[in-house]
Amino acid sequence: MAALTVPGVLRRPASYTGLWSWVTTVDHKRIGVLYGVTAFIYLLLGGTEAFLMRLQLARPDQSLVSPEAFNQLFTMHGTTMVFLVVMPLGAAFFNFMIPLMIGARDVAFPRLNAFSYWCFLGGSLLLNSSWFLGGAPNAGWFSYANLTSKAFNPGHGIDFWILGLMVLGVASMAAAFNFIVTIVNMRAPGMTLMRMPVFVWMTLVTSFLMILAFPVITVALIELMFDRMFGTNFFNPAAGGQPILWQHLFWLFGHPEVYILILPAMGIVSEILPTFSGKPLFGYPVVVFSGIAIGFLGWAVWSHHMFTVGLGPVANSVFALTTMTIAVPTGVKIFNWIGTLWGGSVRLTTPMLFAIGFIAMFIIGGLSGVMHAAAPSDAQQQDTYFVVAHIHYVLFGGAIFALFGGIYYWFPKVTGHLLGEGLGKLNFWLMIIGMNTAFFPMHFLGLDGMPRRIYTYSGEMGWGLWNFVSTVGVGIVILGVLVFLWNFFSSLRRGRPSGGDPWDGRTLEWSMPSPPPLYNFAAIPRVNSRDAYWEQKRGEVGDPPTNSPRSNSHNEHSSNGPIGRRPQGSYSDVAEAARLSIHLPGLSYFPILVAIGLTLAGFGLIYNLGLLFAGAALAVLSIYGWALEPVSDPAGHPLGH
Amino acid sequence: MNLHQSDETALRPAWRSRVSPSKDPMSHQNGRRYLSLLLFLFPLLALLLACTPSHPQSTFDALGDVAQKQLLLFRVIFWAAVFVFVVVEAILLYSVIRFRRRPNQAHPVPIHGNSRLEWAWTLAPAIVLAVIAVPTVRYVFETGNVPENEALRIKVIGHQWWWEFRYPQEYGNVVTANELRIPVGQVVVLTLESKDVIHSFWIPKLAGKVDLIPNRTNIMWIRAESEGEFYGQCAEFCGIAHAKMRFRVKAEASESFEAWVKAMKAPPPPPGSDAEAEGARLFTQKGCIACHKIEGTAAVGILGPNLTLFASRSTVGAGILDNTEYNVARWLRDPDEVKRGNLMAALAPFYRDPTMRLKEGEIEALVAYLHSLQ
Repeated sequence: MAALTVPGVLRRPASYTGLWSWVTTVDHKRIGVLYGVTAFIYLLLGGTEAFLMRLQLARPDQSLVSPEAFNQLFTMHGTTMVFLVVMPLGAAFFNFMIPLMIGARDVAFPRLNAFSYWCFLGGSLLLNSSWFLGGAPNAGWFSYANLTSKAFNPGHGIDFWILGLMVLGVASMAAAFNFIVTIVNMRAPGMTLMRMPVFVWMTLVTSFLMILAFPVITVALIELMFDRMFGTNFFNPAAGGQPILWQHLFWLFGHPEVYILILPAMGIVSEILPTFSGKPLFGYPVVVFSGIAIGFLGWAVWSHHMFTVGLGPVANSVFALTTMTIAVPTGVKIFNWIGTLWGGSVRLTTPMLFAIGFIAMFIIGGLSGVMHAAAPSDAQQQDTYFVVAHIHYVLFGGAIFALFGGIYYWFPKVTGHLLGEGLGKLNFWLMIIGMNTAFFPMHFLGLDGMPRRIYTYSGEMGWGLWNFVSTVGVGIVILGVLVFLWNFFSSLRRGRPSGGDPWDGRTLEWSMPSPPPLYNFAAIPRVNSRDAYWEQKRGEVGDPPTNSPRSNSHNEHSSNGPIGRRPQGSYSDVAEAARLSIHLPGLSYFPILVAIGLTLAGFGLIYNLGLLFAGAALAVLSIYGWALEPVSDPAGHPLGH
Repeated sequence: MNLHQSDETALRPAWRSRVSPSKDPMSHQNGRRYLSLLLFLFPLLALLLACTPSHPQSTFDALGDVAQKQLLLFRVIFWAAVFVFVVVEAILLYSVIRFRRRPNQAHPVPIHGNSRLEWAWTLAPAIVLAVIAVPTVRYVFETGNVPENEALRIKVIGHQWWWEFRYPQEYGNVVTANELRIPVGQVVVLTLESKDVIHSFWIPKLAGKVDLIPNRTNIMWIRAESEGEFYGQCAEFCGIAHAKMRFRVKAEASESFEAWVKAMKAPPPPPGSDAEAEGARLFTQKGCIACHKIEGTAAVGILGPNLTLFASRSTVGAGILDNTEYNVARWLRDPDEVKRGNLMAALAPFYRDPTMRLKEGEIEALVAYLHSLQ
């Protein structure tokens, strides 16, 4: 053991400022910010990919983009938006908000949380490095076998896709376990399951879905990797393999994945609507159970992606019916959200506009979803632009709108400043007008017979007009995103100070100053009801304020009036935590080292066995270092104990 | 074409019900407002719907049994969806506008729920879905099960990026490519297979798509209701030239269909000109025969499309260009320019090796020969 305590090797980093403090941070709030910023950069990248495709399709017979490039663009657009944008933006909110909402000082496993982020970053870089290393993956985000076999796809693109997704899968699994343990174990006293904010509930359901779904895709990825790298024949028809097996595995993961994308969005909307209606969520238990029901039913519908595969009328009927069943809990949620607005005192702030926009657009996406559920008519819609329209109403009008709502809603909690309302509303209207201009005509295109994933079409098909309109729509969406960026950067420093509770919030995160102190809660609150902070403010429940002050300085922090911007995680917070005898998790180098090791191993599998072993060795040694890392800093830093 | 009418008739009842005069005298003014709104909206909608049937791959222009059933089901669900959409979005908008915060407003009553209401809106979508589910299941079976046993069975084989059609023994084992000929009014059963990767066979006006999957045989059936040429296209992403993997289906009277089958078995006519003779010679000498078959000649290759009666087809390059002399010459000059990634450009020696390039005169002769095959 002596060797392992060589000075400097296992000493925990101690600096709470500067670049190293971000690299070694285990603070859930900072990790949330890292997730959010990274995912947003990928949103810009994925959007650029989309815009290039739209330019190519704006007119018939264009050749702005080569067919090779087009196939890479749509593959990476889908993969990026699903794995590198919507999931991590959700994760950003899980990270930042869940501990604050349940009254905890951090997540259950802070270092594992840091590891999730670095793995996500490593996997995403691995995936995107393919652009510079011989070409990005080009078989679609679903990568159907056997188009992905070495015989039909000899380059390295698919290998980058496989290994990138595997590393991303590790990140998702680690995060999911972390949030389940956190939500189950670390809620403040009195916060029973049925008192949790709906966003926490949806995070819990989503985490279970991730734990169950990612192993399925991992199995498929490993089989595909073995086919490509070691000559196995899982999907090789020439040796009796079944390409259909890939589709079953992919969609058994892929459909729950859809709910992994949308349930957090529904959670965000379920937080925003009550706040700006001045009313509790209508039918809380039903909204929660609907979310759980969607999570369960999500496992029984995967073959509706395969209605044209020839599974036979019995299988198609069964999956048509199970798919239609999902519309019931979804419809119930929509009605409950409207019930929340009904009789309320509705403030049309930017977050509220996005939440209402979410409902309005999700209704359209939900209805076209029911159309797809009808297997016979779906045979005309499958793999056409009608489906492209559907997924964008669900994932852009749905998930992205809710996530933007979440950004406007929680930005003041993260930064202490409000985003500009005027620019926010401009952002909203540009995005909703743009997305309808871009995606509604795709319904017509699909029904007029335009297949997906074609890099060009001839003028005689009559698809030119709506394709042009659609491209214009994407341009409007891009304007909206530019307005957002402008708003973001100008508000970051010069935005109106928000104080702790700018929206008259209902849940515990609003009970603390903005940005929250490093240790979140000076004293762990006691919860007596749903909407704990609201009840506390209104005094409708007899208990004293939950975040009871322990010191004068804390009293100052928790006042609701506007306060100055406090640098997050400052030394004063560290000193304050020590004074209050609050244990803070120590910083650590090891999460990022393990993630670097895994990412290098990924490159190694593609290029060089030596690199594979080096990466694996780094990961394994770092895991040992991590496990043996002393809880307290050996140097006796005041923080450790 | 004729769908123009069918679309309008399908729409009319719904519109009529919207503008039907109300008995309430008070609504007269309202009615006029609605009317002016309609006058404004109608041209827009008409434009939208008028655009629809002029597309060669429109699913609204259903001219075969299967496509018609699928369209009917779509219409049922579409109007149910329009109803739900209008009702729910209206309630949403109403509640946003009606309950906007007003100055000095008291705090709203904190209602936590209403179980009777919640039961109602759980059951309402369930009932709508149950109603939709009945025709759905019915049509799954009706479109999935082949209606007759003694139908003409044609084997469809997907290749990157073209289609092969093999007719049964009763039709002389005729093989053709990229243009499927069927007798009008008869049930035709297609057995679908793939030589390489997954494709999907789709003739929007005749039937929804079914996939062609290696190591698997799928079945679909079609019946064309009227004579004509129908557009089809691969619908499952299958690689670089997926966008250009198209085809045509020609439905014709059974006499001309039989005549075509007979002609397919006959040897080609003797060359009618020097150019045609030269083209026939080049077709052998340049090695085209290694991959292409022309019935009754030395060309017996099976790697590429069968070119028997090539001149009677309407397209070249798997449904992508009209079969004109200009286009065939363009294809022969540089297939990769016309259809990026295709195997002919990758395999034929005179495209692989620039010194062996086809000369313009040779291209002309080959075009003349190919166009003599009819």
